[in-house]
Amino acid sequence: MMKVLVIFLLNVLGVTVVLASDGGAIALKPVSINLNDKAALYRGAETFIAQCATCHSAEYMRYGRVASDLHLSKTQADRLLPPHLKLGDEMVRFMPADYAKTVFGTVPPDLTLIARVRGADWLYTYLTSFYADPTKRWGVNNAVFPGVNMPDVFAALQGVQEPVYQTVKLPDGSSEQRLVGLKAPLIPGNMPPAEFDAMVRDLVAYMVYMGEPAKLQRMSLGPYVLGFILLFTVLMFLLKTDYWRDIKKPLKAD
Amino acid sequence: MAEVPVNTARRRFLTGSAVAVGAVGAGFATVPFLSSFEPSARAEAAGAPVDVAVGKLAAGQMVTVAWRGQPIYVVHRTPKMIETLPSLDAQLADPNSQVASQQPKFAKNFYRSRKQEYLVLIGVCTHLGCAPTYRPEVAPKDLGPEWVGGFFCPCHGSKFDLAGRVYKGVPAPTNLYVPDYIFVSDDLIRIGVAEKQA
Amino acid sequence: MIQKLGKWVDDRLPVSHFWNAHLAKYYVPKNFNFWYYFGSILLAVFAIQIVTGIWLAMNYKPSAAEAFNSVEYIMRDVNWGWLIRYMHSTGASFFFIAIYLHMFRALMYGSYKKPRELIWIFGVLILVALMAEAFMGYLLPWGQMSFWGAQVIISLFGSIPFIGPDLALWIRGDYVVSDVTLNRFFALHVIALPLVLLFLIGGHIMALHEVGSNNPDGVEIKTNKDEHGKPRDGIPFHPYYTVKDLFGLGVFLFLFAAVIFYWPDGGGKFLEAPNFIPADPLKTPEHIAPVWYFAPHYAILRAIPDKFLGVLAMGSAIMILFFLPWIDRSPTKSIRYRSLAFKIILFSFVIAFIGLGYLGTQPVNYWTTLFSQIFAFVYFGFFVALFLVSRFEHAKPVPERLT
Repeated sequence: MMKVLVIFLLNVLGVTVVLASDGGAIALKPVSINLNDKAALYRGAETFIAQCATCHSAEYMRYGRVASDLHLSKTQADRLLPPHLKLGDEMVRFMPADYAKTVFGTVPPDLTLIARVRGADWLYTYLTSFYADPTKRWGVNNAVFPGVNMPDVFAALQGVQEPVYQTVKLPDGSSEQRLVGLKAPLIPGNMPPAEFDAMVRDLVAYMVYMGEPAKLQRMSLGPYVLGFILLFTVLMFLLKTDYWRDIKKPLKAD
Repeated sequence: MAEVPVNTARRRFLTGSAVAVGAVGAGFATVPFLSSFEPSARAEAAGAPVDVAVGKLAAGQMVTVAWRGQPIYVVHRTPKMIETLPSLDAQLADPNSQVASQQPKFAKNFYRSRKQEYLVLIGVCTHLGCAPTYRPEVAPKDLGPEWVGGFFCPCHGSKFDLAGRVYKGVPAPTNLYVPDYIFVSDDLIRIGVAEKQA
Repeated sequence: MIQKLGKWVDDRLPVSHFWNAHLAKYYVPKNFNFWYYFGSILLAVFAIQIVTGIWLAMNYKPSAAEAFNSVEYIMRDVNWGWLIRYMHSTGASFFFIAIYLHMFRALMYGSYKKPRELIWIFGVLILVALMAEAFMGYLLPWGQMSFWGAQVIISLFGSIPFIGPDLALWIRGDYVVSDVTLNRFFALHVIALPLVLLFLIGGHIMALHEVGSNNPDGVEIKTNKDEHGKPRDGIPFHPYYTVKDLFGLGVFLFLFAAVIFYWPDGGGKFLEAPNFIPADPLKTPEHIAPVWYFAPHYAILRAIPDKFLGVLAMGSAIMILFFLPWIDRSPTKSIRYRSLAFKIILFSFVIAFIGLGYLGTQPVNYWTTLFSQIFAFVYFGFFVALFLVSRFEHAKPVPERLT
């Protein structure tokens, strides 16, 4: 009870306390994103097209927007663009929706805005937290999204991680296996772990960009707008003080 | 306390600069609002070049495609149709396509196209924007014995020949508009592109 | 030439009369402080919301099938659409920040007291209309929070005895929040309520200019006039307060732009993360929280274990404000000359309001409920205490002139 009260008071003071209780079994891993690293965003876009776009749409994102925002050359843009599409087209999944439904039982969700819903840390942790679970349909489960109906698309690259379970005694006397962490795959993936990690980071960066492409514009425009308003405000301050000298004088003379 | 006289020059200068900066700021602020009236990315994507396969278009036939929301007429002219074109010059308002705005340079010839057998036009009447109908038949009942085939606008009766050139004495002032296009291959036309890209 | 034209117009339209009556010869106390900036700032925010709203309506589609997509279309495909949308969404939050501070100013300096009761009543009406405006506007993006927030709030009306269920059905025009609801909310949000707000703001300002502004000393400047009939402690609004308010507007615009360009989602408070998922009538988000500016009232609602009484309490929390001019019986206006007891209850009220605002956004548990109840008690207790304190209050002597 004291703990709840302390957390409440800390929250009131503006300190955010995260309880690692609901949802995932492991804490989110923080990831820093640099949207100005256009090369990283481009690598992320390539990974997205290669690994995600078969099943997932990003139906609010146009290929042409990626090309112009990331200053891509025609060759680079063509490498992203599937041959049957034009630059003005949106990133619609390659797999027909009916087919996706028969394979997965449901149409995989659109990913355009997923970074705005979940946040970068969650995406990064989610993408790196698949683990072997033979009871599940795709033979894998996810530590931050238990029971997710998605195969581990990075299994070949990362290898399949192994779960670490702990036996927890429940109040009614029975006990339960609980996931407490993940350990390295038994069979390593094709990609060295550091390289895999960098790839996922780039992918997450791209997805953050895709969630709000205007962020690039607002970040670059912001200083000019603020600077201009500041100039106006300073001028108004000087003008105000100049006029108000009329008022302040007789007040003191009283 | 000594009276400090109002420094009018300073006050006038500050007022002037504040008004100027404020006006410039207001000017900048209108830019996003005015600019948002321009075609959006979606409109631009929809206005991207379109391809028309003409390989299966029989001689004498026309196909209509949409480009930027406008009807584009592609006609496969027969040799006979092409032969009649020069004979009409005296009845036409602008037989030599002198009005430069109505066609790209490549179409400033009597057949008004890149290749004689294929005519590409924007199907919008230069009078008030109706879509002229394709009337290839010779001397039909409603258009009279003089008609050698061409386009007829049902709205106000403007007449054009089979190169989209306007006849004299009809409401439409100029020839039908020829859009930019290229031949990607012998039987594939790409509308909306001026030059073949390397 | 220009003078002639000016006279020609002036003979037919009271331009110079208006200019003098409301600006050049409108006398205002000379001791306004920081708290007096928010009136003009609110006017500016209102203007920003109207203009950006018109522009958003040019591309927004008020239908369940297209609303969400059209907002993303504005955010991505329309030139500068993102800026216009962020101005509007940030403007909504800034509107409430400014109006709550503006009202706090009135509480501190007794600006609701005789002869300004009507100004205050107009002000509370503006608050109510603004809440309706914001609530309906929040449905329009048609995200999960839009949908479920509207579903919950409209269901509140269903708890009113006898007529409740029919009333909720009538508001929605359907058995759940649907395309019909969205479409009518759009009409009300873009046409009806802005007009209502415009009239109320007009009334607020007309009433204000009739009796003149209060000030941090709570001294009526009109009681002390010089030989020309001008208040000795008054100064013309123009140029003194026009330049001062423009400076205030500059500071405000700086903060406003800083949020738009660097923090448009306000840490998930101005734009909530679940609202980036399209509305799904079959899937409730795990945690439904109202937007921050409704959170205090929502917390009062949840603090009461009975559904109807909760709704009643929430409604009363706003309605009681209308009676404030008569609840406070002290003739002294400004907090500067009022008793310690008044200062303590006002401070408690502010703490309770902020506390409720925090709790309203948090998931329900034993502690949040308990604290909500305590704060709700303090919120209503303020009015009871004020009624009593103001009757027996020993205020300090109020000076004749402004200090």
